[in-house]
Amino acid sequence: MRGVSKHFGEIPAVDHLDLTVGNGEFVVLLGPTGAGKTTTLRLVAGLEKLDAGTISIGGHDMTTADPAVRDVSFVFQQYSLYPHLSVYENLAFPLRSPAHPHSKSEIRRRVTAIAEMLRITHKLDNRATQLSGGEMQRVAIGRAMVREPQIYLMDEPLSSLDAKLRADLRLELKRIQQDLGATLLYVTHDQIEAMTMANRIGVIDQGRLIQVGTPREIYQDPCNLYVASRLGQPAINVIPPGLIPRFAVPPGTASIGARTEHMHISRSVNGSGQGKVEWIEHLGDQNHLHVRIGDHQIITLVDPETPMSRGDDVDIALTGPLFFDAAGNRLRGTGDG
Amino acid sequence: MAHSVSAPGRWGRRLAAGAVVFYALITILPLLWIFMTGFKTPQDSISYPPKVLFEPSLEGYVNLFTTRSRQTPEYMASLPPPDTWYEELVRSRDMVIAGPSKFGERMMNSVIIGFGSTFLSVLLGTLAAYGFSRFKVPLEDDLMFFILSTRMMPPIAVAIPIFLMYRTLGLSDTHLGMIILYTGVNVSLAVWLLKGFIDEIPREYEEAAMIDGYTRFQAFVKVVLPQAATGIAATAIFCLIFAWNEYAFALLLTSGTAQTAPPFIPTIIGEGGLDWPAVAAGATIFLIPIVVFTILLRKHLLRGITFGAVRK
Repeated sequence: MRGVSKHFGEIPAVDHLDLTVGNGEFVVLLGPTGAGKTTTLRLVAGLEKLDAGTISIGGHDMTTADPAVRDVSFVFQQYSLYPHLSVYENLAFPLRSPAHPHSKSEIRRRVTAIAEMLRITHKLDNRATQLSGGEMQRVAIGRAMVREPQIYLMDEPLSSLDAKLRADLRLELKRIQQDLGATLLYVTHDQIEAMTMANRIGVIDQGRLIQVGTPREIYQDPCNLYVASRLGQPAINVIPPGLIPRFAVPPGTASIGARTEHMHISRSVNGSGQGKVEWIEHLGDQNHLHVRIGDHQIITLVDPETPMSRGDDVDIALTGPLFFDAAGNRLRGTGDG
Repeated sequence: MAHSVSAPGRWGRRLAAGAVVFYALITILPLLWIFMTGFKTPQDSISYPPKVLFEPSLEGYVNLFTTRSRQTPEYMASLPPPDTWYEELVRSRDMVIAGPSKFGERMMNSVIIGFGSTFLSVLLGTLAAYGFSRFKVPLEDDLMFFILSTRMMPPIAVAIPIFLMYRTLGLSDTHLGMIILYTGVNVSLAVWLLKGFIDEIPREYEEAAMIDGYTRFQAFVKVVLPQAATGIAATAIFCLIFAWNEYAFALLLTSGTAQTAPPFIPTIIGEGGLDWPAVAAGATIFLIPIVVFTILLRKHLLRGITFGAVRK
C-alpha cells in the first residue's frame, strides 16, 4: 500500500498511508473508532475506491481492480452470515463463486476440513441463524479461511463477543494463522488483541499511520505520546517534569510518561512523602493504586500484598520513563533515573 | 428486548380474540353469502325473507359456463332424452344449451393480464428499489417522490387521455395494453415497498459475496433476492390483488379479446332474467386463483427468516 488516501467529502478518512504486509505476517492496525482502520481494509478489499496511491496484492497492482479478482477474503465486524443458507452452504459459498470455481468433491473436502479446524462440524446442517454468537463468528472466520487467498482482512471480528469468548477465539485465531502460515491484516481498537496476536502493530490515528513495529517496540519504544497512551493497562501516566523533585529530564521535555514498571513507590518513612494514596482498587491478582501528587493523579499496579492503605504518604522514584516534547513527540535522552 | 411489553391478561386475550372473531365474521359473511347464492336456484336466490337453508343446485354454475336458448314445448318434446345431467337441468327450464359461454376465456384473460403485470411490476420494482437503495442516484429523493406522486390521484382520473392514447397506439382491447397499464399503476407501489425491504438487508452480505468472487449482479441474485423474498411476496400479492380486481379501466379499454372477468361477470345478469346464482358462481370462481396465490405465498410473509444473523 503506497500513499493511499481516501476522503469522504472534505474529511480525510485515510491520509497517505504506506504499509507493507509481508507473506505469512499477522499485522494489526490499532486505533480508536473513526481512525480510518475499517476504511483502510475496505480500500484493500476494493469495496471503496481510493483517491490517491496504489495497492498491490501478491505483487500485482490491484488499485482499480474489482473486489472479486483481488483474491482477498474479508471477515466483517458483524456476523454477516447468509441467513437463508445452512452453515455448510455458507462455508461453501466462496468456493462456488464464478471467480474461484471448485469441484463438488473439493468443496466437500475443504468445508469439512475447515469445520473440523473450527470445531463446528456438528453444526454444518444448521441454519446460520440457529448458532450462538461465538459459533457464528467462527463460521464467518471459516468462510474466509475456506479459500486460500493472498491476504485475509479482518475488521474487528471479535468485538461483538463477550470477554471469555473473545479470549478463546483470540488464541484460536492465532493458532490457525500459524498453522496455515496465513497473511493477515487485522483491525481492532483492543490493545490486548493487538499485543497478543500481531507480528507487527500499526498504530493509526485520524487516517495516518503513526508507528509500525513489533508489539514489544510499540510498547517499550513508542514514537510519541499518542502511541504510548494507546498501550498499557492501566494507561501510561502523563506528568509534568518537576512534579517529582530532583529528577533531571532532557532539555525540551514537556511531559513525562511513566508506566508501572517505570515507578517505584514506597511508603515514606518520615511522613514527608510527595504523594498520598487516594484509592486502592482490588482486582484480585493485583491492585490499582491511585496516588495523588499535587494536582495530578497517577495510577499504577501493585502487588495485592503491598502493605499500603488509603491516606498513606508515599515516595515515588522514576526509573527510565519516557520523555515527550510539547508536540507530544518522543525525546530520546535519558533522565538521571 | 428494548421495550418490555407486558403480556396481556386472561381477559385481555379473550377480548382481543373476541374482536378478531367479530371482525372475521363481518368480512367473511358477504363472501359466504356469495358462495351460498352460487348454489341456489334463481327463485331461492331472490326469495324474501332470504333462505339460509336451501336445497343446493348447480344451475348457477351451468348457466355461468353456457349460453342457452328458449324453445317451444313442441320442439322440446321432439328432442331425444338428454345425454348429460346439465342438459337435463337446462331442459327443465324449457331451454337448450346453445354453446359454451365466454367465461372461460375471460378468466384466462384475467390470469394472463393479472399475473403478467404482477410479474413485470415486481421485476421492475425490485431492480429499481435495489438501485435506489444501494447506489448514489442523482436527485434520489425527488425521483422517489415523483414515483410516489403517480399514486396521488385515483388512476381513473386519467382514464380519458389513456383511452385516447390506447386507441391511437392500437393498444385498446389487447393483453399487452392491459399488462402495461396495470404495471404502470403498480410499479410505484412496488418500488416503495421493496426499497424498504432492501434497505433493511445489510450491504455486508453483498460485499462479502463480491469479495468472495461474485459480481454485483450475481451477489444480488444469490444473496439479496432470497432475503428480500418476504418483501417480494408481499408486493406481488398487493400488485396481483389490484390488477385482478381492477374494474373501471377493464370496462373502458377492453370489450372482447382482452376483456377480463370483472367487467364480464355483471353482463351474465342480462342473459335470461336476473340470474344471481350465475353471477355468484362467477364471483366464487373468480376468487379462487387469488386465494390460492395468497396461500402459496403465505409462508414467505412470515418475517423472521433474516432475524439474528446481523447484530445491529
